[in-house]
Amino acid sequence: MIAVPSPEEGPNPLSVPANTPEHCPGTESELAGKSDACNGCANQEICASNIPKDPDPSLPLITERMTSVKRKILVLSGKGGVGKSTFTAQLGWAFAADDRTQVGIMDVDICGPSIPTILGIANEQVHASSSGWSPVFVQDNFAVMSVGFMLPSSRDAVMWRGPKKNGLISQFLKDVDWGDLDYLVVDTPPGTSDEHLSIVQYLKDSGIDGAVVITTPQEVAIQDVRREINFCRKVGIKMLGLVENMSGFVCPRCKTESQIFKPSTGGAKKLAEDMGIELLGSVPLDPRIGKSADYGVSFLDEYPDSPATTAYLDIIDRIKEILGD
Amino acid sequence: MADQSSPVARRLQTVKNIIIVLSGKGGVGKSSVSTQLALNLHASSPTAKVGILDVDLTGPSIPRMLGLDGHGVHQSSSGWVPVYADGPEARLACMSVGFLLKNKGDSVVWRGPKKNGMIRQFLSDVRWGELDYLVIDTPPGTSDEHLSLLEHMAPVHSRLSAVIVTTPQAVALMDAMKCLSFTRAVNLPILGLIENMSGYVCPCCGEISNVFSTGGGEEMARREELRFLGSLPVDTELVTLLDAAEPEKEGSVREGILQQYSSTSSAKLFKKIVERMVEQLG
Repeated sequence: MIAVPSPEEGPNPLSVPANTPEHCPGTESELAGKSDACNGCANQEICASNIPKDPDPSLPLITERMTSVKRKILVLSGKGGVGKSTFTAQLGWAFAADDRTQVGIMDVDICGPSIPTILGIANEQVHASSSGWSPVFVQDNFAVMSVGFMLPSSRDAVMWRGPKKNGLISQFLKDVDWGDLDYLVVDTPPGTSDEHLSIVQYLKDSGIDGAVVITTPQEVAIQDVRREINFCRKVGIKMLGLVENMSGFVCPRCKTESQIFKPSTGGAKKLAEDMGIELLGSVPLDPRIGKSADYGVSFLDEYPDSPATTAYLDIIDRIKEILGD
Repeated sequence: MADQSSPVARRLQTVKNIIIVLSGKGGVGKSSVSTQLALNLHASSPTAKVGILDVDLTGPSIPRMLGLDGHGVHQSSSGWVPVYADGPEARLACMSVGFLLKNKGDSVVWRGPKKNGMIRQFLSDVRWGELDYLVIDTPPGTSDEHLSLLEHMAPVHSRLSAVIVTTPQAVALMDAMKCLSFTRAVNLPILGLIENMSGYVCPCCGEISNVFSTGGGEEMARREELRFLGSLPVDTELVTLLDAAEPEKEGSVREGILQQYSSTSSAKLFKKIVERMVEQLG
């Protein structure tokens, strides 16, 4: 059932080794080796000693691999199902529309990889070459890596705890032959946990150019997104801005706009004001967006006249402007 | 075999049925389904005792949905006292990491082992008392939280069952399928599948739009020989009800969430879903 082929070197256990006790504070923690949970742990002595920890051996390799990547952008949202992967895909397609621009998408949602389906490359596989794993190409200038390419069947569940997920993310960064990229867009799973901490930690030396945070208008989503923004602040990621998805729905029959997910507490606008970040734009809910994602075609190309396309493109232009490209 | 005297087994001795709400994909309505499930089970009999445990540690939504934002958890000699959504009647108990945060914007940035510890505490230290049903709302995915839940509840495995929630579009169904593979791998019985956000009725002209496609969940249930429990359209009244809860002062309970919910159109649909689930629990 855990179907990912085991990579040549086993995943690299990070801050929390695989054989830790249940309440392991993490080797980076101040309590490392000193908390109650550490009694009896094989690593207690190493943790308790104040010897500076060896940096993760994969870090220099990642940093080296990332020297050929100009911009690294994270797409985040505390909440699931708000359109992170859809936005990531549109961002990829929009960047790649210029064939001189080299674009990569890395999907670090290990348990629910949607990127392969949305980009219409769900049946592709990853091949190993002497220079590393070669990503799957949507078009000549658009490379993609996802755990979805490594499963024998899309039905298979990846039942992994944190350390194994971290190991794979590290491999995606260091072992994938990304080549020269102008943009690497990283799609993340919901929440603020292992995947998020790891990607930030791995890219610390290479630098993350910024994060785009996606939300929907209702308070239940806003609450989670507020947590995500606080997370970014804690770990020092620059915020490019906030995108409000599923903002208003236009009935295809009577053309009246209604709010499916009401901004009961002011929606993204209020959140952006409260947190002092920029609202990049609001994308209305168009059922054709979801349909395009299911069929793996570019919504921007298929429906250039949709108000959602205009909204997406404006947001993407603004992102480029902020990045100074 | 699992240890029958573990703290979790002892604590859950007085719980008759444990229903885990799963989905694979995020944002398909697990928390809204969990909340509705708890509300309906609570309403199913005047004496039914229901608990709802939110193990979505980095994105807890249950407190908001039950109008319990801002409440805190109290410690008693026999464990943590859950927050009661029905006030003094104390038949609808709720526990979430949301109650443990000082500020609702605080982010819980935890790796697996800490999440595992928290879940174990939720299962072993909360004073649920006698419960007919314990509904467990989970985060998306098939990872630490899910594995920990199953691991800690191994001694009470015979009382566990699960419901899978999906939305109709292909991207969500794929994750639902992964989730089903997970339940099969860990031998967790499935009560059935619920298709959420299946169609949206325009408030202006009544036209039904399949915002996220439709019918995919039913199709998947047939293919995988799962019981199809029903589909729920997008109900803006419900979205508003579960979203609008104003943060309350410590100790007070928002009036009428139970009554307000029972008058929504979703409540009527959900009642049937719950009947189909409960008859399997026997």
